Amino acid sequence: MPVQDFEKIFQDKIDAEIKIEPRDWMPEAYRKTNIRQISQHAHSEVVGMLPEGNWISRAPSLKRKAILIAKVQDEAGHGLYLYSSAETLGSSRDEMIADLLSGKAKYSSIFNYPSLTWADMGAIGWLVDGAAILNQVMLCRTSYGPYARAMVRICKEESFHQRQGFESLLVLSKGSEEQKAMCQDAINRWWWPSLMMFGPKDSESTNSDQSMKWKIKRKTNDELRQQFVDMIAVQVKVLGMTLPDDKLKWNEARKHYDFGDINWDEFWNVVKGNGPCNKQRLAARNKAHDEGAWVREAAMVYASKKANREKQEAA
Amino acid sequence: MNIQIRKYYYGDIPEDNAGGSESKESKVSPATGGGGNWPLWEVFIRSKQGLDHKHVGSLHAADAAMAIENARDVYTRRQEGVSIWVVESKFITASNPEEAGELYEPAADKIYRHPTFYELPDEVGHM
Repeated sequence: MPVQDFEKIFQDKIDAEIKIEPRDWMPEAYRKTNIRQISQHAHSEVVGMLPEGNWISRAPSLKRKAILIAKVQDEAGHGLYLYSSAETLGSSRDEMIADLLSGKAKYSSIFNYPSLTWADMGAIGWLVDGAAILNQVMLCRTSYGPYARAMVRICKEESFHQRQGFESLLVLSKGSEEQKAMCQDAINRWWWPSLMMFGPKDSESTNSDQSMKWKIKRKTNDELRQQFVDMIAVQVKVLGMTLPDDKLKWNEARKHYDFGDINWDEFWNVVKGNGPCNKQRLAARNKAHDEGAWVREAAMVYASKKANREKQEAA
Repeated sequence: MNIQIRKYYYGDIPEDNAGGSESKESKVSPATGGGGNWPLWEVFIRSKQGLDHKHVGSLHAADAAMAIENARDVYTRRQEGVSIWVVESKFITASNPEEAGELYEPAADKIYRHPTFYELPDEVGHM
């Protein structure tokens, strides 16, 4: 069968909402795009543990500490679900990890911002996880089966992340003047980077809509971003706080909130490695990886010794 | 086929924009890699007594005992299971989707295997 026919069969399946599974024929570009996207997503989960890990030892109460540990553990799990699903496309775990550690692979640029106060834990849960959830809910219907299944699992767990963040801010918003100020400050710092998480404006994206055609993605950056703004603009009122955007206003005609311009220079700077914490994050990952090397080796040696012993006993 | 994905979507930063803060050579040796030299295991979980074990995903582990422990940590953090099976992925043989036609075709024309093939009078009641 000529390649053209395979491509047509493939596209027909996608159009008919039939999921693509690991051993099915797929265009090389579909495979590559999925590997890149899924592994970036996995890296984001893993690096995403760092800004929050920063506050585990300084959480204000045992309850908050337990919640934060559980959340960070979830992120590790999400990273693993995603690495596993990228591996079904023929990418090895070693390669993916190596690309993260060398700085070749990317992760969500939001994690290159520092977590300066305890209120940041709330703001990250509410805003950063809130933005991520919108993307992830969409991805539950992505065309590649293992990716979609990983996303379903992740979404089930993710809603706790956003709710704990909001609740944590709600407590601060009812606290002392200092606590209120800390809450507002965290929102101010995380708001714009959260909006940037959705990527450049649709109008600035160049050519191909291939990811849409292949149903890897089902909503554009701007659609998701608008959905996020509409959601957060309402929720922030419950906190009695404000978003740092004087252009934020309900537009009756559009039935959406209008909002101000995003600083795209800042966005590209952070993507390209010049954000506040890029170097620190990679250094932390590399250190953890290097210092864990002996554990990985020891486990392997132990396993093979044990297997040998069992073989000898059986003989 | 030579389609270049250039559109930047949420969560997918294209290579040519990816920059790279430190583009040093990869220093991850095979021996100390990201767990890839630990074999891959497939994980099956029974969500409650009386139900089948169901495939939930995979993970790397040095041996079976570690695979079970990792599966517990990764796939049952919220009481999703009461029993775990793990099997090294290399021991799984899968059918080939390209042969699906020949493989399943013989079942397609045997509709008499289904109860609805038989028309019985209403008096018989539920059968």
